[in-house]
Amino acid sequence: MLNTFINSVFIENMIFAYFLGMCSFLAVSKNVKTALGLGIAVTFVQIITVPVNYLLENYILKAGALSWLGESFRSVDLSFLSFIIFIAVIASITQILEMIVEKYTPALNASLGIFLPLIAVNCAIMGGSLFMQQKAFPNVGYATVYGVGSGLGWLIAIVGMAAIREKLQYSDIPKPLKGLGIAFIITALMGLGFMSFSGIKI
Amino acid sequence: MKEIFVNPLNKNNPVTVQMLGICSALAVTSKLEPALVMALSVTVVVAFANVIISLLRNTIPNRIRIIVQLVVVAALVTIVNEILKAFAYDVSKQLSVFIGLIITNCIVMGRLEAFALANKPWPSFVDGVGNGLGYGLILVIVGFFRELLGSGALLGFKVIPDKIYEWGYENNGLMILPPMALVLVACVIWVQKSRDK
Repeated sequence: MLNTFINSVFIENMIFAYFLGMCSFLAVSKNVKTALGLGIAVTFVQIITVPVNYLLENYILKAGALSWLGESFRSVDLSFLSFIIFIAVIASITQILEMIVEKYTPALNASLGIFLPLIAVNCAIMGGSLFMQQKAFPNVGYATVYGVGSGLGWLIAIVGMAAIREKLQYSDIPKPLKGLGIAFIITALMGLGFMSFSGIKI
Repeated sequence: MKEIFVNPLNKNNPVTVQMLGICSALAVTSKLEPALVMALSVTVVVAFANVIISLLRNTIPNRIRIIVQLVVVAALVTIVNEILKAFAYDVSKQLSVFIGLIITNCIVMGRLEAFALANKPWPSFVDGVGNGLGYGLILVIVGFFRELLGSGALLGFKVIPDKIYEWGYENNGLMILPPMALVLVACVIWVQKSRDK
């Protein structure tokens, strides 16, 4: 289980290995504070959506998953619905989360508020659920750990990126490369750095 | 009408200028073939999602429009996924989760929000095709160089003759690794910006 965690944070990092959530990664990584806010929000949503989607996948969608309803449901295969179900779960959970945060923790809302609706279309969240489906974890515990790990990996990546970009304001970059171009190159270099983690096993 | 189609190919390219859809643009480009299939799938999804949303635009309540858009896109992507599984199984295995990720591809949502909600179906269709192709263009450029330099092949066929290998040419293994996709896109941006200036 620890291995799943380490694996999802460092080796299969959402951003550096799969480029998931790049859009918001590039758009929001201009300063560390907002980057941290978005990172926390993503981790939070990931912790909830991955296990929920895991349960849906294994008890409703997969071939034969409906057998708890009775023998005649054993042959039902709803896996073609998984995209729609997953995205609906993600969209509604972010919506619910937004309402809860707004109601009970106004301070958190002030810092996360603008990011929560954005998360519904963050590829890292959808990617987490789809990878979960592909990896076929043995139980919901593993799925939760995977959710936590992939969220934290995303957080580390965006905070690191924001810190580098803050420092970068003072450096002399070729004009056409400024902004988006250099951001890509930094991400690539960070990705190469993260590759040195590959092969770690605990 | 021509502008709607041509602009996204260069001046207003979804990947390099609008910064949309980078997520899936990079992971599928280590070879040319999946890049082409991905480009085609995205073009189809964007074009038809644009048309459907544009037809529905006056009936969708503003508050729940995101969910409506997601459902329309998810349905289209499911269809594309099933078609790929049926007719191009190998490629669909290679693309794995990235077909599913077209749903959250910012190009689709971005064009729906920015264009289809305010325009008639036909211009929306053209806009969708244009943006899909603009996205595909970047994908194909990146995929072309990564496969050529990384494995010395194009679409699986060897193009670099054995003679050159005998002279000491080596495939650049770095090109296969994911980070190099980012560097290549950065180069594309660099070239484009210094030319358009």
